Amino acid sequence: MKLIFEKSIPGRGQDIFPACDVPVKMPAAPLREKKAHLPEISENEMGRHYTALAKRAHGVNDGFYPLGSCTMKHNPRINEKMANLPGFAKLHPLQPAETVQGANELIADLEKMLCEITGMDGVTFQPAAGAHGEFTGLLLIKAYHTDRGDTERTEILVPDAAHGTNPASATMAGYKTVVIKSNENGTVDLDDLKAHLGPKTAGLMLTNPNTVGLFDPNIMEITRLVHEAGGLCYYDGANLNAVIGIVRPADIGFDVIHMNLHKTFSTPHGGGGPGSGPCAYKDFLAPFAPGLVCKDGKYVRAEKSIGNMTGFYGNFLVMVKAYAYLLTIGKDVHTIAENAVLNANYMQEKLKDLYPIAFDTTCMHEFVIGLDPIYRKTHVSALDVAKALLDYGIHPPTIYFPLIVHEALMIEPTETETKETLDEAITAFREIYDRIFNAPESVQMAPQTTPVLRLDDTKAAREPHLRYEFCDCE
Amino acid sequence: MIDPKELKYTKDDEWVRYDGEDAYIGITDYAQSELGDLVFVNLPEVGDSVFAGEPLGDVESVKAVADVFCPVTGEVIEINEDILDDASLINSNPYGSWFIKVGNISDNVEFLTADEYDEYRG
Repeated sequence: MKLIFEKSIPGRGQDIFPACDVPVKMPAAPLREKKAHLPEISENEMGRHYTALAKRAHGVNDGFYPLGSCTMKHNPRINEKMANLPGFAKLHPLQPAETVQGANELIADLEKMLCEITGMDGVTFQPAAGAHGEFTGLLLIKAYHTDRGDTERTEILVPDAAHGTNPASATMAGYKTVVIKSNENGTVDLDDLKAHLGPKTAGLMLTNPNTVGLFDPNIMEITRLVHEAGGLCYYDGANLNAVIGIVRPADIGFDVIHMNLHKTFSTPHGGGGPGSGPCAYKDFLAPFAPGLVCKDGKYVRAEKSIGNMTGFYGNFLVMVKAYAYLLTIGKDVHTIAENAVLNANYMQEKLKDLYPIAFDTTCMHEFVIGLDPIYRKTHVSALDVAKALLDYGIHPPTIYFPLIVHEALMIEPTETETKETLDEAITAFREIYDRIFNAPESVQMAPQTTPVLRLDDTKAAREPHLRYEFCDCE
Repeated sequence: MIDPKELKYTKDDEWVRYDGEDAYIGITDYAQSELGDLVFVNLPEVGDSVFAGEPLGDVESVKAVADVFCPVTGEVIEINEDILDDASLINSNPYGSWFIKVGNISDNVEFLTADEYDEYRG
């Protein structure tokens, strides 16, 4: 397929405006020295170009998308409709507070809902994504310790099953990451936790359920131990869809949390739209909150605010979509978690006679296949299975993560898939299993039906070509 | 040619080759084969302090990024620029492709002999 620039023919274009019939006089200063590289192409050709690109992509609208820990669930259309209402869509962030009372009310209402869901006391909507929310939460923790004159706390504890963003956020916040081992059940090893807790502990970052899809049974003891050592507990809300409406992070000992509106609260992500990672906190962290909040019709800043995490109030239209979602689902919010857990267990149950499950127990919203024993026997890898799924019209699960499972395939069906879709995916997985043993090369050669076949990802990483080179003909 | 039998090993899959008082450090054949095709290496700079049991840098493959733990405490006196340019050297020649050379060594983690390491990873 040609790039749109390669389809460009000089002089061809779209008659958006009639040709200018008066002389144009412009000062030289703001003008480009050279014409910008813009494709010259008819509207008809342009429409076809982008339709063809869309047909070659795979999104939630095309098929099953069980990308573990990413929660690629359905994005209800009504959310988009509400976010497109001109009263929301056409606001300007510099408008005076009294002219945007509806928007402020929505933010305040959504804050109340998220406080109810998490058990926290306040929410900042500034963070523009999940990792940004983690970073915000860690800065709150840091501000809290610093404010008390407790500057010796330099370490953040992170389990080895954590999302890779956790140690990255801790480093960004100026902390040293201390890795806590998982035990043989895939949850936090209490002895290792105790061994690493101390006067240097600023806090613990925990995802619960974690990336192997397990809810830590010792969670009350874990958060108690961290608090006893003087640290705070940070809840990574990436997997909140597994417990929403059933367990509140504040009730199990957490002090601060981020949520992904673009996962749990059904707003689009992964190229489909901007993210939003609001950070919720308990009252004692409120003096440090970032950004501006609207109080009695005026914008004010918290007294010891950590500053701005982003411009203005965060991705407001994403909040509108999440708000629409919560209003739609209402008091049935717990059904999100129930269906997420049911769907994951259904798939795990239907696959576990063939595929080795990393931690074979009732899972939460996702489960992990550890293909290592099969790989050792057949040389068919997790990557090969992922590629083979493409020929069935299924987006592959997350692979080679979490790192504690070798040849991992991390499957999150999400709560919005039907039993029929899950059954089709189960059939695909079972067929691929047969092929691993009867025609392994067919799996190693997959995919065969996609617009591009197996890519050389090693070469792509070693010799990346990141820029299109224009021929400088004009 | 380096004889892997002559090297010392760690449980984190690094090897150590002493050159007088100084030590070359790299990762084992097992480590490179588990990681798969390496595409990128992060090394400390000459003059940096490194500490036994703590990361000295990391290696990135198409599958994952993994820390490389330093088996000794000391000061980096040389780094291998060749592997920064071409990480595949580690895949093709793991025992020849050292990462860093450490001097002023004051401590080390517990080492395994080649036979002990083979048994550990066997």
